Amino acid sequence: MDSEWVIDAQGLEKSYGSGASRFDALKGVSVQIAPGETVAIIGKSGSGKSTLMHLLALLDEPDRGTLQVAGKNAKSLSKRAINELRNKEFGFVFQQFFLTPNVSVLDNVILPLKIAGMGGKERRRRGMEVLEQLELADKAGSKATTLSGGQKQRVVIGRALVNAPRVIFADEPTGNLDTATGAVVEDILFDLNRSQGITLVIVTHDEELAARCDRQIYIRDGLVVSHTTSTHTGAHALIIGGAA
Amino acid sequence: MRTKDLVVTAISNTFRSKLRTTLTVLAIFVGAFTLTLTNAVGAGVSQYVDAQVGALGSPDVFIITQASDATAAGDGPVEYDAASSASVSSQQGPPGTTTKALTDADLQAIGDTAGIESVDPIRSVQPDYIEYESGTPYEFSINATSAVTTADLTAGAQLDGGATEAQLVLPDAFVTPLGFASADDAVGASVSIGITDILGAKHVVNATVVGVSLESLLAAGAGANDALIAELADAQSGGIDTAVTSYGVAVAHFDTALSTDAVTALKADLATAGYTASTIEDQLGAVQTVINGIVGVLNAFAVIALIAAAFGIINTLLMSVQERTREIGLMKAMGMSGGKVYTLFSLEAIVIGFLGSAIGAGVAIGLGSALSAVLSQGLLSGLPGLNILLFEPLSVAFVIGLVMLIAFLSGTLPAQRAARQNPIESLRYE
Ligand SMILES: Nc1ncnc2c1ncn2[C@@H]1O[C@H](COP(=O)(O)OP(=O)(O)OP(=O)(O)O)[C@@H](O)[C@H]1O
Ligand SMILES: [Mg+2]
Repeated sequence: MDSEWVIDAQGLEKSYGSGASRFDALKGVSVQIAPGETVAIIGKSGSGKSTLMHLLALLDEPDRGTLQVAGKNAKSLSKRAINELRNKEFGFVFQQFFLTPNVSVLDNVILPLKIAGMGGKERRRRGMEVLEQLELADKAGSKATTLSGGQKQRVVIGRALVNAPRVIFADEPTGNLDTATGAVVEDILFDLNRSQGITLVIVTHDEELAARCDRQIYIRDGLVVSHTTSTHTGAHALIIGGAA
Repeated sequence: MRTKDLVVTAISNTFRSKLRTTLTVLAIFVGAFTLTLTNAVGAGVSQYVDAQVGALGSPDVFIITQASDATAAGDGPVEYDAASSASVSSQQGPPGTTTKALTDADLQAIGDTAGIESVDPIRSVQPDYIEYESGTPYEFSINATSAVTTADLTAGAQLDGGATEAQLVLPDAFVTPLGFASADDAVGASVSIGITDILGAKHVVNATVVGVSLESLLAAGAGANDALIAELADAQSGGIDTAVTSYGVAVAHFDTALSTDAVTALKADLATAGYTASTIEDQLGAVQTVINGIVGVLNAFAVIALIAAAFGIINTLLMSVQERTREIGLMKAMGMSGGKVYTLFSLEAIVIGFLGSAIGAGVAIGLGSALSAVLSQGLLSGLPGLNILLFEPLSVAFVIGLVMLIAFLSGTLPAQRAARQNPIESLRYE
């Protein structure tokens, strides 16, 4: 893993609407994410967590501020390069499942590979590998709508990691789940970080989940209120104990 | 995304909302079905007319008569003129029409007109019967213009104008009565033609059947080459050389290189000289104009149906885009370009268009062929050779292509909307 590969955001601002209905969702947020670390973005509902995550993941453009990905300014990247980056280097877990109904679990999981233009056979092989890893191989042919909430969230994680990304952005990955299922999903994510070195950016309002991360970024009303800085090697040791 | 994946995805997306797709496809089906049928009627009828035109003559031929006697009541009797007053009954114009005969001098004058390459008189002969190997004789007539026309053959070959042997093209209605097993069987056979001369004596002339033709709507009777006509005419005259040779009709060939305007000018020249010249096109032009008009109106109805169906496609796809807002947002978030999203929805439109048009054309061909077969046995049996619905592969392909193009154009608006969607907005969409 090249140590250069970081996300470096400086003074991000983002507002929605205009005139009287204008709302400043982010008012100058600076964040740095190093390769292999796990970062939690914490805050109350409406504080701007999802907005920040979308900006970091190049899903949206900031009104002001700079964003560097792997040493390159995001503004200088072409649309095509940004699409490529999201497709190959990022994995997404959104606040809702966004599974395509009436399509099989396997087809849902391999969507990023299909978009990438990978051949059918290779796609299926990769998809099955991921489903096996998530203990969902027996559900590969089922329609996504027939799964339980926890199974759906695992499928979503499968979809996020099928393209072997460098970074997984997860927005409330356990928000829809009960505590026990939530814990299983958390374990899967941290296990991926440990075994494959995938960087995790987790948006949450759950203090316990945040505590498992190397670093916590607290956000209130579009501003970073506190930063915990910890060496992420220490955090790794902690996770190994927790996941085993 | 690979092209193949795009196509496969588009096809499977089309079938996601089966009822909606079916209804849209049905609307296109109606248009494509109608358009395929009307095209087939147009093709069938014009093929028939072309065959009839072929039976009448080649495109570089004038049929020439003296200008019709315009003896209207009140003009009084026309003074007799020994040089030109011989009248003959003519096949041109309404039944009973008589025209002044053409004399050798007239033929000379016509032949000398600039632009006319050759002129031949049509000698009409009235044979009594035809008979094969002393079987039953049947009444029989010969089409005077057959030497210059192209018969609609079912077997054998066309007449050879230059042959010295007497040749005959037999109408297919005579094949079985004369005792032939089939049309092919008749080709090559020698038949006897009975004819009575002007003095009442009977003669028999032998001819070889070279071809069998479908009965033509516009040129009835058997075909005979120059050699046979000459032989029959000699027999008919009974060896007496009638002092004034006169003919009802002459056939003139003109330069094929002449433009339409030049042909019109040539006709005018002949008219000033007192001759009526008309091409086969002139004679059938009116018929063809009416048929083309009817087919055109029917086609217009089919196209209106297709335009209505196009709005159905737009509606269906707009609903589909709306329904799949989140899916589109997700795909774009995962790096699918706007162009690919556009292609995906355009392909869905094309798939719907293809389904509707292929099924429409297929059913039209199936039903139409059956209907055509029934009609040609029943209602249209009097017009042999008429295939009222002629499905030409090229025009069917054209209909399918046209419908797919209309579908693609209908798909542009919804596809554009999908392509422009902001992934974040789409993912927040409830
Ligand atoms: N498209 C939009 N138009 C207007 N306001 C918006 C839009 N998107 C977000 N906002 C506002 O921006 C603020 C931040 O939204 P965001 O989704 O980032 O919150 P969040 O911290 O993720 O909240 P939650 O924990 O509930 O998901 C909210 O007040 C929201 O109303
Ligand atoms: Mg949120």
